[in-house]
Amino acid sequence: MFANYGYKDGSGEFFISVDTGRCAGCPDKGCVEACPEQVLEVITDDYDDQVIAVREEHRKKIKYSCAPCKPTGGTKEIPCVAACRLGGLRHSW
Amino acid sequence: MITAGVDVGNKYTKVVVMKDGQVLSKYMVLSGFDQQQAAEEAYTRALAEAGVAREEVRCVLATGAGKGAVTFANDTITEVGADAKGAVFLFPSGRTIIDVGAEEGRAIKCDEKGRIVDFAINEKCAAGAGSFTEAMARALEVPLEEMGPLALQSSKVIPMNAQCAVFAESEVVSLIHSRVTKEDISKAVHDAIASRIISMARRVGVEKDLVMTGGVGRNVGFVKALGEGLEMAVLVPGEPEYVSALGAALAAAERAAG
Amino acid sequence: MVVNQADKPKEYWRWTEYNWFDPSRDWRKAKIISGGVDVGSVSTQAVIMLDGELYAYSNMRTGSDSPDSAIKAMKWAMENTGMKMEDLTYTVGTGYGRVNVPFANKTVTEIACHARGANYMYGSTVRTVLDMGGQDCKAIRCDEKGKVVSFLMNDKCAAGTGRGMEVFANLLAVSIEEVGEMSLQVEKEPPPVSSTCVVFAKTEATGLLRAGWPKERVLAAYCSAMAHRVVSLLERNGVERDFAITGGIAKNIGVVSRIEKELNLKALKPRYDTQIAGALGAALFAKALVEKGKG
Repeated sequence: MFANYGYKDGSGEFFISVDTGRCAGCPDKGCVEACPEQVLEVITDDYDDQVIAVREEHRKKIKYSCAPCKPTGGTKEIPCVAACRLGGLRHSW
Repeated sequence: MITAGVDVGNKYTKVVVMKDGQVLSKYMVLSGFDQQQAAEEAYTRALAEAGVAREEVRCVLATGAGKGAVTFANDTITEVGADAKGAVFLFPSGRTIIDVGAEEGRAIKCDEKGRIVDFAINEKCAAGAGSFTEAMARALEVPLEEMGPLALQSSKVIPMNAQCAVFAESEVVSLIHSRVTKEDISKAVHDAIASRIISMARRVGVEKDLVMTGGVGRNVGFVKALGEGLEMAVLVPGEPEYVSALGAALAAAERAAG
Repeated sequence: MVVNQADKPKEYWRWTEYNWFDPSRDWRKAKIISGGVDVGSVSTQAVIMLDGELYAYSNMRTGSDSPDSAIKAMKWAMENTGMKMEDLTYTVGTGYGRVNVPFANKTVTEIACHARGANYMYGSTVRTVLDMGGQDCKAIRCDEKGKVVSFLMNDKCAAGTGRGMEVFANLLAVSIEEVGEMSLQVEKEPPPVSSTCVVFAKTEATGLLRAGWPKERVLAAYCSAMAHRVVSLLERNGVERDFAITGGIAKNIGVVSRIEKELNLKALKPRYDTQIAGALGAALFAKALVEKGKG
């Protein structure tokens, strides 16, 4: 399953996409620890898979929650995406 | 040399007329639905107040969301450019400028000459601009200008969940129903919008001194929330809404001087 | 005759609440009576199924107290059936207020419930479901069993939700149940409202009205802006045939027809009330859980 967390508003589109098929097979879920803002968590989804998700309280403000990892000056690697060895995590912006 | 800056904002149109680095006059009108007419009116009034004839003005620069509507301008200047120029003129130590208007929020990093190093803009979403406070004032049934002073009377931290001005209105209404005071709600509203502006500002990197411009600079509740959030003093000019128009007039003088 | 309606400000956003049950069936003969409750931010629906077949439902406005709304909705669905709360074998709660359904045995996310519900309502050929609710908009792709393949939910911003439409209904003083039809009464389609943000779109619409635009034209401009926005969300998630629209806005012909036009794809004709998809899916999950022995 592709789970897209985030939103689109007048200022743009801000989604974190999780490929739960890949994510479910990942034993360490390093992305959760890699995020300095504790945006991600491990959940058991509706189909009983252990996968990561964007925490409820961040879903409506990820543009702001993720801002520290996206300075205007540089395009440094996003920690959560870099930590995912299976290529199961993506940011839309 | 006489120059002028015209800032056609989403809500108000501001004009500043300058002569040799001195402000001669300022004028502000509602932008309304005919921005061209608003610009014309504000300019005519400002010139009359300054006692200056049109042909005496060497250069007029337009800025703001509706800058294209200023038919009498010689040229335009970007909003961030005008902002930085005006802010550093008023506060030479200013390196970070936060401009919050009715429909836009901007964070600008600049050097000692007011040249832009970096900037970030939040536009087209009311949650990150002055319109947010305005909508909440309506929901609270409090005049907009009382929102700031009300917030100063509270020290409670009440998080707001809604990130959209429309949804936040309902949240404010339910807070009223659960008997949260207007003071506490007003503070929550300012904390919410300030936190959004702060995370935008952190993307450009906040350096001392911090200058706040734009109409929302008049809102003491917002300025306090901004300062506390960034743990930094906030410098606010006496008439923050004129800073962009001032910057445009200054830039006009530079261009005319060649 | 002139009727004076000006005494009380009219609530243009208010829609009619309703309930329904199938009098031809006897719930006492059913093996599994499964319940589903979808507590949305604006409306709450309750569904009762007898051995996996729809039997009764209700749709009402969510009150300030979510647990209370859930109970009220379920009791209203049971009205005139002789059924009592304790007759439910198993109940699943879903929706934004799902944690507040006091009588639910389990909760399931609204995404999974909507996919499952749409699979029942429109048949197993449904691959794309668009749910436009009061305060959110969901794009879901699912397989032939109603299992979610991908989803996207937008509940941060009022644009593209029923709430945005309510703001316009109020602004133009047109009943929410009439805006869709009214928006089609234009000779030529106007350009869509340019602001996405509802607050700014409202300012823009006020300007259009002052410029002499009739209400129909303003509504057309807003419905087409909303359709465009929703289509962009759908496309981000992927669009596959067959396509179905659920939720309150599925009843707004002005938005639906414009979405169909922009996607160049007809939505399946609903055979059931479009607002009960989530609660129906919840009731289907409830039945499956009983059968798996988890009940």
